[in-house]
Amino acid sequence: MKKNQWLSTVLVNGALILLVLFWSIPTIGLFVSSFRNRFDIQTSGWWTIVPHRAWETVTVLDPKELGLDSKSIMQVEGVEGTFEELRQGVTSPDGDTQVKWVGNRRLGRIEVQERVWTANWDFTLENYKQVLFGRDTEITRTDGTVTTVPGQDMTQAFLNSLTVAIPSTIIPILIAAFAAYAFAWMRFPGRRWLFIMVVGLLVVPLQIALVPILSDYQKLGLNGTFLAIWLAHTGFGLALATYLLYNYISTLPRETLESAFIDGASHFTVFTRLVLPLSVPALASFAIFQFLWVWNDYLVALVFLGVDPNNKVVTQRLADLTGTFGNAWHLLTAGAFISMLLPLIVFIGLQRFFVRGLLAGSVKG
Amino acid sequence: MAQLDNVNDRNEGFVANVVAWLGRAFLALIIPLIAFAAIYLGFIFLRDSNAPKWLITVVAIIWGVGGFALLFWVFNGIVERLPEPWSGRLQPFVFVGPAVAILMWYLTLPVYRTGWLGLFDRDGLPDGFSVFAPWTWPAAIQSDSFVGLQNYIDIFTQDLLQVALRNNLMWIVFGSTLSVIFGLLVAVLADRSKFERVSKTFIFLPMAISFVGASVIWNFMYEVRPAGETQIGLLNAVTVALGGTPHPWDKWVAIAPWNNLFLILIVVWLQAGFAMVLFSAALKGIPEELLEAGRIDGASEIQVFFRIMLPSIRGTIITVWTTIVIFTLKIFDVVWVMTGGQFGTHVIATQFYRQSFTARNAGIGSAIAIILLLAVVPVMIYNLKQFREQEAF
Repeated sequence: MKKNQWLSTVLVNGALILLVLFWSIPTIGLFVSSFRNRFDIQTSGWWTIVPHRAWETVTVLDPKELGLDSKSIMQVEGVEGTFEELRQGVTSPDGDTQVKWVGNRRLGRIEVQERVWTANWDFTLENYKQVLFGRDTEITRTDGTVTTVPGQDMTQAFLNSLTVAIPSTIIPILIAAFAAYAFAWMRFPGRRWLFIMVVGLLVVPLQIALVPILSDYQKLGLNGTFLAIWLAHTGFGLALATYLLYNYISTLPRETLESAFIDGASHFTVFTRLVLPLSVPALASFAIFQFLWVWNDYLVALVFLGVDPNNKVVTQRLADLTGTFGNAWHLLTAGAFISMLLPLIVFIGLQRFFVRGLLAGSVKG
Repeated sequence: MAQLDNVNDRNEGFVANVVAWLGRAFLALIIPLIAFAAIYLGFIFLRDSNAPKWLITVVAIIWGVGGFALLFWVFNGIVERLPEPWSGRLQPFVFVGPAVAILMWYLTLPVYRTGWLGLFDRDGLPDGFSVFAPWTWPAAIQSDSFVGLQNYIDIFTQDLLQVALRNNLMWIVFGSTLSVIFGLLVAVLADRSKFERVSKTFIFLPMAISFVGASVIWNFMYEVRPAGETQIGLLNAVTVALGGTPHPWDKWVAIAPWNNLFLILIVVWLQAGFAMVLFSAALKGIPEELLEAGRIDGASEIQVFFRIMLPSIRGTIITVWTTIVIFTLKIFDVVWVMTGGQFGTHVIATQFYRQSFTARNAGIGSAIAIILLLAVVPVMIYNLKQFREQEAF
């Protein structure tokens, strides 16, 4: 029995560790890559930072000087092979050296390589500097040519994201809290039907609204302004916010509120002085929810902010960079990591609220 | 005011009343005016100013958040100054009004407007027709651009949506199933482990990452280099090391529609944490005695899992499943950033975006949006039913 238990503990923890490891690999890859220089990112995998054995060139030979005929079997440095075989690299019998033909038949060179322990530990903060401060960098390649890479100023996009995300988080919560209070504690005609509308709208996909709202914005001259995107995020998040906050506010103790009314407090006072402070857990959990959603949003920004390049948010900038791939890998890694930083901080810091918020909305019933 | 006290008594009440009334009327008028002026000036500043970016950010946040709070305060102030029956009648609408108005504008009306727009060709509504055109229905029918259900016929006959629908089905089936399975697996394992908190945090972490960010991350997994060169994508490096040939996994037409799976994996990676949290909470809610009883009766752990745990958390599984299904139905960002919908990876939402905004065919785009809406209607009905049952509203 004891032995059995021990085995199951090992199995459970082993499987769990494996899963966690598996889950973290992609993020670790990005994290490591963001500190590697441009050349390294493009020529070797990020996992090569782990010490491993690799071939390192010790001598370079010129096939012409050696008088080799690339059409037949050649003998170089104790190994022999055809051109195709040499292109792949031929290992000596003892396995310590490798001979490799690099380049084409006519102009190629032959490299004699030895197997050594190595790790690509050439880390740099250059990517972050470029992404954050938009600094141009000069890169000297191994052959001596110098290329200037224009920087990408993500700071602006970062500020734009903040400008979009903070009001888009607070405004819907404010409006939803007022509405939730009214639904829970005020009596007025149409209350039931209006709330049924809120519940029905919970699942309506926002795609349905993009074209009509865009045409409204055009008429109002709102396109490309922050107000436009705040309102859009408010509209798309409001149903869920109202529903979740209603669930919470309606369970507040009736006596507390009633005693306040007896003392002559108005609804507005009760709401601001009593209900809002009491609802902080619910408000916070939804705030985190909405913040992550808005910060990570791409579609709404693409449709409503796409007009003005100065207003682009982080996700848009990242997506733009992804489009011009190949040469921007290094910027992409640092940019992506910066874009993740704030939501990760918010998320880890307020994780408990977040989880509670999820549970308030979904597990009930 | 002290001087007023010395004035003749009869006049005092009258004058004070008039002054008070005027003062109130003045305040009731001037405060909203100042409020609106402040809000408007803020808007102009934000739209036209060349101030440094950080200043704009700060002003925008204060203006945006403060503006809405100010509006509530002002409207409430006006309503509370009204005579009693009216203030009581109107106050609920000050509270609930903005939410209802915004929901109507952003979700209720668009359902109807998009539905209407979907009956027109690519030029959209003819000139002079407002979006509320159904009230002028006969005239609209005469216009050239009204095509009736033609957009819907086109969608299904011209292969605009067939690939997308097939892919969405794959997203729903594999996306939700894999998320639920992984979520459940981690929840059950973590429940028995000493490292519960740490491991759950790690699995949960990707939830904070944007789809665009995740796309960048996963490009490092799927990146392909020609055979013979050093692979910098992990998946291809492993493939080559095992003696295979490198492939552009998500962009590999030869395996369509299965290349969609490589996109689905990304979202499973992002979403499994969500499922895990809910399952974990549900598992902790199962009474310990129930599990003990099962074990004492000689059930193996696997039997306990399938016979006791699964049935007990059935409700949660359904909730999580539907949430993820709705979510995968609308999936957009990952596909758009990774493949742009090419290589047979279009989904309903990317096809909607392409038709509405790239091809500028609002008619087809709207019809696609309506199809998306129809797909969630069963969930909506289910929600409303649940709500009616559990609420004595």
